[in-house]
Amino acid sequence: MCVALLIYTVIAGLLLPVPKLPILNETIRVLHFHVPMWFGMILVFTGSVVYAIKYLKSNDSTQDIYSSQLANMGIAFGVLGIVTGMVWAKYTWGEAWSNDPKQNASAISLLIYLAYFVLRNSIKDEQQRNKISAVYNIFAFFLMIPLLFILPRMADSLHPGNGGNPGFNAYDLDSNLRMVFYTAVLGWTLLGYWIASINIRLSVGQQKIAD
Amino acid sequence: MEIQNFKTSATLRKTAVLMFLLISTLASHAQVEMADDFRGEGKIYVVIVIILVILTGFFTLLFKLDKKSKRLEKEVTQSRKEE
Repeated sequence: MCVALLIYTVIAGLLLPVPKLPILNETIRVLHFHVPMWFGMILVFTGSVVYAIKYLKSNDSTQDIYSSQLANMGIAFGVLGIVTGMVWAKYTWGEAWSNDPKQNASAISLLIYLAYFVLRNSIKDEQQRNKISAVYNIFAFFLMIPLLFILPRMADSLHPGNGGNPGFNAYDLDSNLRMVFYTAVLGWTLLGYWIASINIRLSVGQQKIAD
Repeated sequence: MEIQNFKTSATLRKTAVLMFLLISTLASHAQVEMADDFRGEGKIYVVIVIILVILTGFFTLLFKLDKKSKRLEKEVTQSRKEE
């Protein structure tokens, strides 16, 4: 399923006609590769926080494995989003890092999530580790939401949808672009879930052997 | 005669200055464009680099998975031996 969606994304994303905009030129096609990384990150982090709450309710350590592996995948998405964004910015905004509010905010939220793993690995006792990291996960998620969705909108940003612009109108999303874009979001997110679920399975197996 | 000579040299000088200006503007144009291949062809190479970055990212994840599964395999064979 996800493979078919991604094959469609790459072919249609590279070949279908796109709106001709100055400065952006062909790089508008990056919309199908850079932006889904962030959508994927947020969706995967949402899954992670759901499992963190489930863990706190049930004290079941498999829920903790779900939560931490999904957070892992979210960080991978975030790093890819930042790196691809920097390449894109270099050739459209002129600088890889222009201290754009959204760039800074996403870097901060990534650091917050990296701290999640530092915290996790620094606690020896397993029960304590799971509990504290679940609580921190919830905290990190609700810190990320204003960082990514509210604060950049209050400042002038180079990103579309900020500084008073409505979100998608600025992209000039035409129906072609939109169709590929939604497929891309679904495809990349499913790929992330796939990799995370393999990781989860391996971790659960490892735990069973250890017990 | 001399006056005419002076005149021609003046026009010569003028054309030379004009030529110099033309060349310098051309040169400055070339500098702005920088013949940067990455910005050529409608910046399509930027798209390719970004796709490659994402591919490398996912391949790194796959390598990590590979390592993890190998470790698990080892653990399984070891625990079997202990039994």
